[in-house]
Amino acid sequence: MSMLDRIVGSRRAADGNGHVAVEAGLVTDATQLASARPTPWQTVQTARNIARPHALDIINRVFERFHELHGDRSFRDDPAIVGGIAELAGRPVMVVGQQKGSSTEENIQRNFGMPYPEGYRKAMRLYRLAQKFHLPLVTLVDTPGAYPGPEAEERGQAEAIASSIQLMTRLGVPVVVVVLGEGGSGGALALGVGDVVLALENATYSVISPEGCAAILWRSASEAERAAVAMKLAGPDLLETGVADALIREPAGGAHTDHDATAAAIKTALVAQIDRLSRVPVADLLSLRYERFRSFGMFVEPNGGAAPEPPAPWWRRILKNPLEKGGL
Amino acid sequence: MRLRNPFGRKTQEFPSHLWTQCPSCGEMLFNKQLERNHSVCQKCGHHFKLGALARIELLADPKSFSETDADMVSSDPLGFVDSKPYPERIAAARAKSGHKDAVLTGNAQISGIPVVLAVMDFEFMGGSMGSVVGEKITRAAERAFSERKPLVIVSASGGARMQEGTIALMQLAKTVAAVARLDEAAIPFISVLTDPTTGGVLASFASLGDIVLAEPGALIGFSGARVTSETIGEKLPKGFQRSEFLLEHGFVDQVVPRTQLKERIAFFLNAFRVAGQDLRWSL
Repeated sequence: MSMLDRIVGSRRAADGNGHVAVEAGLVTDATQLASARPTPWQTVQTARNIARPHALDIINRVFERFHELHGDRSFRDDPAIVGGIAELAGRPVMVVGQQKGSSTEENIQRNFGMPYPEGYRKAMRLYRLAQKFHLPLVTLVDTPGAYPGPEAEERGQAEAIASSIQLMTRLGVPVVVVVLGEGGSGGALALGVGDVVLALENATYSVISPEGCAAILWRSASEAERAAVAMKLAGPDLLETGVADALIREPAGGAHTDHDATAAAIKTALVAQIDRLSRVPVADLLSLRYERFRSFGMFVEPNGGAAPEPPAPWWRRILKNPLEKGGL
Repeated sequence: MRLRNPFGRKTQEFPSHLWTQCPSCGEMLFNKQLERNHSVCQKCGHHFKLGALARIELLADPKSFSETDADMVSSDPLGFVDSKPYPERIAAARAKSGHKDAVLTGNAQISGIPVVLAVMDFEFMGGSMGSVVGEKITRAAERAFSERKPLVIVSASGGARMQEGTIALMQLAKTVAAVARLDEAAIPFISVLTDPTTGGVLASFASLGDIVLAEPGALIGFSGARVTSETIGEKLPKGFQRSEFLLEHGFVDQVVPRTQLKERIAFFLNAFRVAGQDLRWSL
């Protein structure tokens, strides 16, 4: 039993890779959810609902005294990523999130929550700042994906995402990730590497959008509904695969019906997680974070990973090892 | 007077099992000669895609490569079915490429320097990264870490494997976490980008080499060119997302022709090794 297990409480399951306390009112098992679940496609629609609480709606309700920090110190300030220092139940923390708009105008200004490379570089600057001054980090994931335009390519979208993931895997402060709505591919993962990954009940997390998957595999974007089912991107599936450690319950009808209640549930979960994680030595946090992501993968190894026996040389096959019989 | 067979089909002038047409300059290339030239067009220098075995032959010293984790095969974590079930796609890819998944890893020597080498093969489901590729790359990085050997990864991939869903996405974090430890321990990691390296592979370990090399004219980018051109609603300029474009924008260190790749990798590895042995730094 590791240090973290003793402090955090029992593991979710023997084979699970999360370490979330159950008493924080979280859903750690799909059976705890209501039996009449929305279909994956309905979940995708809920996660994208424009009235759903976005990062700043949550930040302003969950944290006290949030002060936003701007810019990546190299190119510009990306409005699709917001971040800053705030207080969570009196404790200073760093919070970084992807920001979608609540109206068409705001969505255009926020680029529909699709960050440019400079957005990820701003996030990295804030991660380093958090590490330097020992501020626990909270990230809020809500993006259809990283912006795929030509300017983003010119400025190194892939490199920015890769570096952001790399920095998060080795960041020496507690990191709690909350998936608020859409967790779109690498663009989401760049904010998604944490000690604990929580997701709202109707959030999704996927390798590609259902439309993109359908366009490639079924050659028709109208098969998105089938793709959404096949991809297992909704809450209960995320628990099953371990991508999310626990789900945060939403008000009946979805998070968009009551922002305050949603924020309150998130706050309870965050306070509990940050409280626990900040008592864990940093070296343990890092090795457990490594193990958490190390354990993803399902494959089969017939020989248990051992190297195959090299074929015996031809003379050995003829002589059948004479040394065993006492020599020639 | 020419004799011709009045019944049979006209014999092809360039049968495809013997000749290949260069897509860049249109020259007809004799296959054996093309192979001897490491699949590079003699006339215009166009780099054809290179399979993993030919790539290992190109980079590793003769007979120095010993494969590890050779038996690892993918399971079907999601029970994924599109137009055909995922296990069927895997079986087809195995038959087509002759490999068990899209990467070969092992120990090798490059110009006498022991390294951990991982080579991806685009023939196997577009070189996509699922659990097996992620695990083998991670193990390769971990072996490089524990044996303090440099890591060389040659990428050729369309990105994460959709059929493994979010598990495939998590391979980005897993492989990056493993190469991040190499970074902290100052163990050299050289990433070679070949045609094509896109999506989740470029957005993870492939971008994070201490040195990033690219082959000439390789397609390298985050999102597919089709997605990008649909995003802005116009056609993309020629040379967009090619190696030279990345060089110009500062995301690769050098564009290296295939024939010089081995000596260039050896030069950098040797420079790091010699400098690492210099005691003045450790005092």
